[in-house]
Amino acid sequence: MASVSVIETGRPTLGWRSRLRGLRGGLQGSEYAWAIAFCIPYVAVFFAFVVYPVLYGLWLGHKPSLYIELFNDPIYQQTLVNTVLYLVIGVNVKMFFALLLSGFFMRKGWWVKGLLMIYVLPWAIPALPTFISIHWMLNTQWGLVNNVLWDTFHVDGPGWLDTSRWLALGSVIVTYIWKNMPFWTVILLAGRMAIPQELYEAAEVDGATGIKRFVHVSLPLLANLYLVCTLLSTIFTLGDFNTAYFISGGGPALSTHVLATLGIRDAFEIARPELGVAAVLSALPLMIPLVITLMHKLRTSEVQL
Amino acid sequence: MTAVTANTASPPQPNYKRRKVLGEAAALGVALILIIWTLAPIYNIVMVALSSHNDVFSDRLWPADPSADSFWIVLTQGYWYLEYFWHQYANSIYIGFWTVFLTLFIGSMVSYSIGRMRIRHGWLLTNAALMTYLVPASFLAIPFYRIMQSYGLGNNVWSIIAVEVTFATPYAIFIFQQYGRSIPFELDEAARIDGASPIQVYFRIYLPLMAPALVAVGTYALLLAWNEYLYQFLLLSNKRSMTVPVALAQFLNSDESPWNYMMATAIVYAIPPVVIYYLFRGRMTAGLTMGGVKG
Repeated sequence: MASVSVIETGRPTLGWRSRLRGLRGGLQGSEYAWAIAFCIPYVAVFFAFVVYPVLYGLWLGHKPSLYIELFNDPIYQQTLVNTVLYLVIGVNVKMFFALLLSGFFMRKGWWVKGLLMIYVLPWAIPALPTFISIHWMLNTQWGLVNNVLWDTFHVDGPGWLDTSRWLALGSVIVTYIWKNMPFWTVILLAGRMAIPQELYEAAEVDGATGIKRFVHVSLPLLANLYLVCTLLSTIFTLGDFNTAYFISGGGPALSTHVLATLGIRDAFEIARPELGVAAVLSALPLMIPLVITLMHKLRTSEVQL
Repeated sequence: MTAVTANTASPPQPNYKRRKVLGEAAALGVALILIIWTLAPIYNIVMVALSSHNDVFSDRLWPADPSADSFWIVLTQGYWYLEYFWHQYANSIYIGFWTVFLTLFIGSMVSYSIGRMRIRHGWLLTNAALMTYLVPASFLAIPFYRIMQSYGLGNNVWSIIAVEVTFATPYAIFIFQQYGRSIPFELDEAARIDGASPIQVYFRIYLPLMAPALVAVGTYALLLAWNEYLYQFLLLSNKRSMTVPVALAQFLNSDESPWNYMMATAIVYAIPPVVIYYLFRGRMTAGLTMGGVKG
């Protein structure tokens, strides 16, 4: 053993070193130490505040009996329906109008620019103040909406938030659209602006104007962005707590909860954190495919949000 | 010749003109609807803030005697629930400041290591960040609450700073890596040949050249921390450690809510982020859409 190492003393060390260098990505000695040091704060944050909570959450919600209890709970069943409606209607209506309006904001003229500044206000203002305002607007007796209905048509408006599940859920969805549509419009507008003008000119020479131009030029080029935005928006909306919490508060009679608010309610109002975690974890069958698709899309298509 | 061109060119013209006028009218109609749709809740918040208590509980569309009294009450902490208003405001500012600083610090360091020093397996970190970005923050709230208690950070604003940094850093890494690609590597190499250490390259070359991305991400982190509600609500329950939105929302469902004071508080709370948003809007959208629709 010793004799062998005497003969081959130079080479193996070289091989060992270069292999190590390969591991270090071509960095040497102190540089490698620096590169590691630069990553430490993020790695620490990631483990302390992402990995640990995720594992802890999975452990809290690991008992199958929790899910049986959950699925037999009529409130949870309603919540599931609400969440699906919220995602399907809220996200798609919002994205559809955002797509149309992004085309509208492509118009030239000073007033369109000014209008865009006003239009992004719901996004620029923090959620809480406007949600409180909308909550009060929908008050049956003194709210602005019913006051306007009375003053103009002399009809008594309905109790938006405290009589019917569908009115309350509708109010939540409309508020959600009001708040989030400007952001996605701006993103789609940027997508449209990135389409080279020559393509439109070429299309015009070929006789494609108006709706034809939209279908054959804008739409194919925006399709990928639109898809990514829709998926991303779906996942963000799934985690949206504020809208439902501040507009309907889950009422009337707990009929308009979504998963995000029900989880918090179970954990903190009825003090059953495992049940709350289970409610949230029951969204995993939808979340995992979304996350995988989006990770792939965001890495390859360089759509930035 | 001239007659012919006149013949072929003139008939479509009135038609074209009429279509243009109609188009413009339709656009103005859309604009009007958009303005009403966008401004209704904002009109409502201003109206209620300017109302007296009696006008709030009436069917009026504009207060009989608009006054800024509610704002004065808020600014002078002249109502029992506004007792600690400025203290809570300072808490929001403190959280915002540290969130921005730590997000930029942590995010730029790790992006430098992955993007410029090209550390092996850096993609693992990028993926970890991307995945964190895609997990809804509210879904981690329950375990987070328990964990903060075990870290001894219950009712401490640093628990909020930790949360906001956790959820802002992935976005920072994402933007920094994309933006960093536009900075030529020759600059780093030249500095290294002149004998600069990695940390000198980071401070003297990387950070200054990344300034636009730093501004965009800093604004994002500030607005995130300022606007976030759920974690602040769960983790801060003491009146002195609370932030403005938590204090504000406490009265949403109480009987006899002082709506005019609440709306005035809400406006005072909303002004800084709105101003910052409009000041940095250009930079933000540049940051948001760099890369655009390449795919």
